[in-house]
Amino acid sequence: MTSREQVSRVLQQHGALMVLALLVVVGSVAFDSFATAGNAASVVVSSSFLAIIAIGMTFVIISGGIDLSVGSLFVLGGVLAAYGSRYGPVVALLLPLAVCAVVGLLQGLVIARTGMAPFIVTLAGLLGVRGLMLALSDEGATTYLVEDPAFAALGQGGVLGLTYPVYVTIALALGAMVLLQRTGFGQNVYAIGGNEQAAALMGVPVARTKVRVYVMSALLAGLAGALNAARLSSGVTILGIGLELDVIAAVVIGGTLLTGGAGGITGTVAGVLLLGVIQSLINQVGNLTSAFQQVVSGAFLALVVVAQRLLSKAQRLS
Amino acid sequence: MRRTDLEAVLEAKGISKRFPGVLALDGVSLALHPGEVHALVGENGAGKSTLIKVFTGVHRPDGGELRYRGRPAAFGTPMAAQHAGISTIYQEVNLVPMMSVARNLLLGREPRGRLGVIDAAAMYEEAARVLAGYGVDTDVRRPLRDLGVGAQQMVALARAVSVDARVVIMDEPTSSLEPREVETLFGVIGRLRESGIAVMYVSHRLDELYRVCDRVSVLRDGRLAHTGDLAGLDRLKLISLMLGRDLGEVRTRGVTGFDRRRSAASTAGSAPAVEARGLTRRHVLDGVDVSVGPGEVVGLGGLLGAGRTETAKAIVGAMPLDGGQVLVAGTPLRGGSTTAAIRAGVSLLPEDRKAEGIIPTLSVRENIALAALPSLARGGVVSDARIDRVVEIFMRRLRIKAASPDQLVSELSGGNQQKVLLARWLAVRPKVLLLDEPTRGIDVGAKAEVQALIDELAQEGLGVLLISSDLEELVEGADRILVLREGAVVGELSGDEVTEERIMATIADQADG
Repeated sequence: MTSREQVSRVLQQHGALMVLALLVVVGSVAFDSFATAGNAASVVVSSSFLAIIAIGMTFVIISGGIDLSVGSLFVLGGVLAAYGSRYGPVVALLLPLAVCAVVGLLQGLVIARTGMAPFIVTLAGLLGVRGLMLALSDEGATTYLVEDPAFAALGQGGVLGLTYPVYVTIALALGAMVLLQRTGFGQNVYAIGGNEQAAALMGVPVARTKVRVYVMSALLAGLAGALNAARLSSGVTILGIGLELDVIAAVVIGGTLLTGGAGGITGTVAGVLLLGVIQSLINQVGNLTSAFQQVVSGAFLALVVVAQRLLSKAQRLS
Repeated sequence: MRRTDLEAVLEAKGISKRFPGVLALDGVSLALHPGEVHALVGENGAGKSTLIKVFTGVHRPDGGELRYRGRPAAFGTPMAAQHAGISTIYQEVNLVPMMSVARNLLLGREPRGRLGVIDAAAMYEEAARVLAGYGVDTDVRRPLRDLGVGAQQMVALARAVSVDARVVIMDEPTSSLEPREVETLFGVIGRLRESGIAVMYVSHRLDELYRVCDRVSVLRDGRLAHTGDLAGLDRLKLISLMLGRDLGEVRTRGVTGFDRRRSAASTAGSAPAVEARGLTRRHVLDGVDVSVGPGEVVGLGGLLGAGRTETAKAIVGAMPLDGGQVLVAGTPLRGGSTTAAIRAGVSLLPEDRKAEGIIPTLSVRENIALAALPSLARGGVVSDARIDRVVEIFMRRLRIKAASPDQLVSELSGGNQQKVLLARWLAVRPKVLLLDEPTRGIDVGAKAEVQALIDELAQEGLGVLLISSDLEELVEGADRILVLREGAVVGELSGDEVTEERIMATIADQADG
């Protein structure tokens, strides 16, 4: 392996992590209030919901697909959790998970069995789920409040300065890493995204794997929504619209190829944190509005995609 | 005991397979016995791929019976066939390029450690051990795409064999291998034969067939033309079986639409319109020299995979080259640019009309005008009237049968689609036209018309490079024929030498070294 090839490979896999480290260093030097425990905790806490969804999206994108429905599922999950909380914490958690799993199952079955484009199927899912959420909340007029203190504590309580959702995210990320790298299911996901036809010929259960991937993505989106409802003590109906795009951006910035077949959880976590740190840095600057965060994130995403293209070209040439 | 005395492990009995408009297999019966290496040969469209796909569960036969290990078998999916013990190595390596070598080799059979989690160390160890037996010495943790194509093919082979195969089907396994790798492959095939595995070997390289195969089956036009021992079968006989030309059979002239005997003298003196020198691309072309003079029709002969299409593509810059040069009227052409070739007056009518030629969603008019747009435009704006004039001229001249110029080209017959493509390239006023199988898949009447048209165009001074698997068409249409084998020119025939027998004999000539 040539050194140039090695460099480009490391950049592709760990570029987000390196930029993240760089930004943290720069931020710490430039702003006194950046490198504080409080600020770090706030970045991590606010990133955790995005991270949970992004873990599921990583599987979807590695398998060569895309899931546009996660933003709507996140909102629906929150509404259902708040609604369900009147029946206790178990219902508050399981109701959104069950509904989201069904949506994911339907999407996965349509994608896997009919061969329709994931983009279209999950776009339909996005609209349908959003409609469902609006119906439940009387077009947003009704906001369900979380009435169960135990469930609210799941989102708000914590230990060692970090809330429980952060620990859930860490556990999920570690579990996802093992799942992706060390199980047959994970291998099948890579194989399908890398070359679906070859995977089928190699005996990979393509349809079943795809269905599982979409169920998982929907489940995680619902879980993130539920945890977010617990954190806010209500099923907010406006936050999370368009969230799917942030999630996809984080995954791609993390080095997962949109064309499928390559990527990983560490990159995705780095990508999510990177977006969070950019947001935090822009807040530090003070006189910039948070709208600039989107401008910077967008520019950064464009940069990453161009870099990926160049890097994979460099790898092919050497 | 003769191998054929053993019960067949895989047997086709009167298998038929029909696709819309085509009978791809017509009652083919063929038996594979344990421990034999069985060659399957045939030209393009003979039905080889379809037969392989029936064997491997990709297609289900419409008629006949498939028997596997003495019992009727119906494989619903490639997976089912594979589980039953029929493994296939495809021409295109069918692995996942971005995954590591080890994971590709062992996907689905990874060694497990505690908690059923994949034991990476054990996996890498096993992969390295297995691959060493196939002459692949590499870091198995690297992505598969880092390996050369030959080594990738070895990984595919190792994978296929290690899943308890009883039958291994190899589709052109040596097409991208280095000589050293070919030797390793033959060693592996020898081991398979000894362990009683049946190997079906598809290749056009006759030297290889005679080296490793015990028996041969020849498919032609979806039917079994011959099956039997290879050892006693003469090379020339084998080729005539493949091409469907009986030895010594002399056809009367005039069956094709060609109607011209131009004297060779008229073209001999003039400078070539296009000249290719030493076209080389690893595994594909090996120093091919071709020149076409104005008004000359040069034929390219050879079996499938000999490098005919590739030569044409190389000339127009549609295929990257490792070496060689194309001169148009003495001026070197910038490589790798079809635009440069078209501008210089060299155009290619590709073999695959559907994929590389017509744009089905556009009208006849638009399809014809497409390539000529730059020359019809003034300041980037194209005049509708000028397009109409050009389209009208060519539709009349080529006798294109369409309801109107605005009819969708996909609604036309194959022959008329081909004429639309011819018109497209004639509209850019080329000096040389490369025609790759110009009459394949079009009806007899249209075929004769296209052939007559080629004649006419040549008489008007157009240089033509004609590629055709139809020997008759080649012999009657071309003034001069270059015969290719394994990417190299192995013979040139001109004048009275241009006969079907001579072409076949040239293809059959043993390559020395």
